[in-house]
Amino acid sequence: MTAASLRLALVGAPNTGKTSLFNRLTGSTQKVANYPGVTVERKSGGFVTPEGRSVTVLDLPGTYSLRGRSPDEEITRDIVLGRFDGEAVPDLVLCVADATNLRLTLRLVLELKRVGRPMMLVLNMIDIAKRRGVTIDLDRMSQELGLPIVTAVAVRKGGVDELLKRTDEFLARSHEAAASEWTTPTIADLKAAQREADRIIAAAVTLPAKPDTLTSRIDSVVLHPVWGLLVLAVILFVMFQAVFSWAQPAMELLSDSFSALGQLIHGVLPESWSLLQSFLQNGVISGVGSVIVFLPQIIIIFLFILLLEDFGYMARAAFLMDRIMGGAGLHGRAFIPLLSSFACAIPGIMATRVIDNPRDRLTTILIAPLMTCSARIPVYTLIISAFVPATTVWGFVNLQGLVMFGLYAAGITSALTVSAIAKFFLWRDHAPAPFMLELPDYKVPRLRSIALGVFTRAKMFLYRAGTTILSMMVLIWFLASFPQAPAGADGPAINYSFAAMIGHALEPLLRPIGFNWQIAVALIPGMAAREVAVAALGTVYSIEGGKEAADAIGQVLAQKWTLATALSLLVWYIFAPQCASTLAVIRRETGGAKWMVVTFVYMLALAYVASFLTFNLAQALGLH
Amino acid sequence: MTGDPNSTQDNLQDIRLGRADRGFVGKIIRLDALVTGSSLSPQELEQRLVEMGFVEGARVEILHEGTIRRDPIAVRVDNITIALRRSEAMSVIVERL
Repeated sequence: MTAASLRLALVGAPNTGKTSLFNRLTGSTQKVANYPGVTVERKSGGFVTPEGRSVTVLDLPGTYSLRGRSPDEEITRDIVLGRFDGEAVPDLVLCVADATNLRLTLRLVLELKRVGRPMMLVLNMIDIAKRRGVTIDLDRMSQELGLPIVTAVAVRKGGVDELLKRTDEFLARSHEAAASEWTTPTIADLKAAQREADRIIAAAVTLPAKPDTLTSRIDSVVLHPVWGLLVLAVILFVMFQAVFSWAQPAMELLSDSFSALGQLIHGVLPESWSLLQSFLQNGVISGVGSVIVFLPQIIIIFLFILLLEDFGYMARAAFLMDRIMGGAGLHGRAFIPLLSSFACAIPGIMATRVIDNPRDRLTTILIAPLMTCSARIPVYTLIISAFVPATTVWGFVNLQGLVMFGLYAAGITSALTVSAIAKFFLWRDHAPAPFMLELPDYKVPRLRSIALGVFTRAKMFLYRAGTTILSMMVLIWFLASFPQAPAGADGPAINYSFAAMIGHALEPLLRPIGFNWQIAVALIPGMAAREVAVAALGTVYSIEGGKEAADAIGQVLAQKWTLATALSLLVWYIFAPQCASTLAVIRRETGGAKWMVVTFVYMLALAYVASFLTFNLAQALGLH
Repeated sequence: MTGDPNSTQDNLQDIRLGRADRGFVGKIIRLDALVTGSSLSPQELEQRLVEMGFVEGARVEILHEGTIRRDPIAVRVDNITIALRRSEAMSVIVERL
């Protein structure tokens, strides 16, 4: 960016559509990084105004005040105050408000005004406010606040035209920042500010006679003590059935395409280049292909999470779960990070920043990796489809889906148990942290915003598949192919490789839980990312059994493993700390190696014991 | 220190929001964050309540209750809805409307 470009910062309370506005303004120019030294996400982007001025936009974390009671809020405060090292003070602060709900934001506006930065108030969702019969006297409000006001509909095309125009007008004039009068507000200041905000609202806003009846009608079911929990259970159940069955056609298409591509490459290359043939077909294409196949499932799970969040349901889920999770020593706010952990523990652990009590946050971080992340889906899917028949039970439930549901349930149950134990042993004397959360009005999900979110996550997954996983696959292929078998040797070539040596070395340790050396080989690269284990098994077995096996790893496994081994591996994957990136994030978020080591050790111990019990029980029951 | 929630300093018609039933409609008289089962300091709790719109004179209505021990509660505070636990709502003194 050039030095001449204007720096604009978006500030606002949660649920004001600040992120939608940011998406609308910056589109695909967004960059997500971290602030130096802390783990708060730094979202920036840029756009060019109609008159050709270039503007950089910073989306600051949502906050109700500048008091800075969490790392997110401290960042917002310090940047606005120009106290944050390495971050220039914004030229213009855009305070985003939900036009249907001005009370809390106006108090924040009054607080921000004392900072003295040039500022503009954006009344977002003005269309919804109008539809509900809220009328706002913009001139009066602007005069009372002493600030320019602009209305916007972030979710609609052209909805920010006026904002762009006003930004240009702002830039055409020169601005001097007033001296900052900001000091940490006392209770009396807060109350005075709220009274002032209420006075301005009374003067400039006419509220409809009837509040939003749709939200209260939906809530009367969704927050009902009995129906509410039932609705939540149904939503989660549909989500997991969808992940399993809706994604199937797309997954089959991807998997067929990759094996066709492998065959094509095999055919194109001359027979004398067999090493390169094997590298491309078995190492690269089948390796990366077997991971990319899970893209449809990852898209579906993120689609659900983002839809529910945008709709306004996530806060309701926290409300419903607060007491239930409280029984396990968890905060209601932990529900959202834990639910995100179903997609991936890394964003889940990062999302624990919404929990401001450090002990509650630590407990949530410790158990987040037990939630069934999407990287486990490939492993579960592979084993389930190889060992569990796709029959229908109780008339309508897919048995494979049911087993999947059971694995998720096992993850959740163990997470709650670990949390309860942690609470009992680590912080018996600590009183529960407060739970205070705004329940926003329901909104029709903004499809563009959701599409952008799903796209960003799919891109992250593909990027991982393209870098970490590809390099791991090349390593695995190398380990499994070298040293090459001597001429005229008996048995498959892989038996002479480095992979076999490592696998055989680990085998005695893993034999009590029913793992053979091939599994031992696959678990090592699986540390890079859980799903790599699937590709690794494919590589190990396809090189062993010839190219036919690569098309159907599952069929091979069904022949080579006993049911007891398969169950043991499933159980292993519920608990095992099979993800180096998650451990790295825990280290970063907890500010040291201690809790990373604790997580690794407790998960490994759980995995070994649970797999040991499963394997031996299954053998005793005769499940061979 | 008004450690006892039924302290004589409270007027007879004063009610703690944390004790009110679903359907209760009232007006906030004041905040008294001394009595609380919360881990926050009284001052911090009061600040957060104010930040969520619990200020004197605001109209409150208990819209929903949680499944277990009717906790937490969803409270309409003027025109926004806030979810909070009854232990924190104990700090909000209200009168019936």
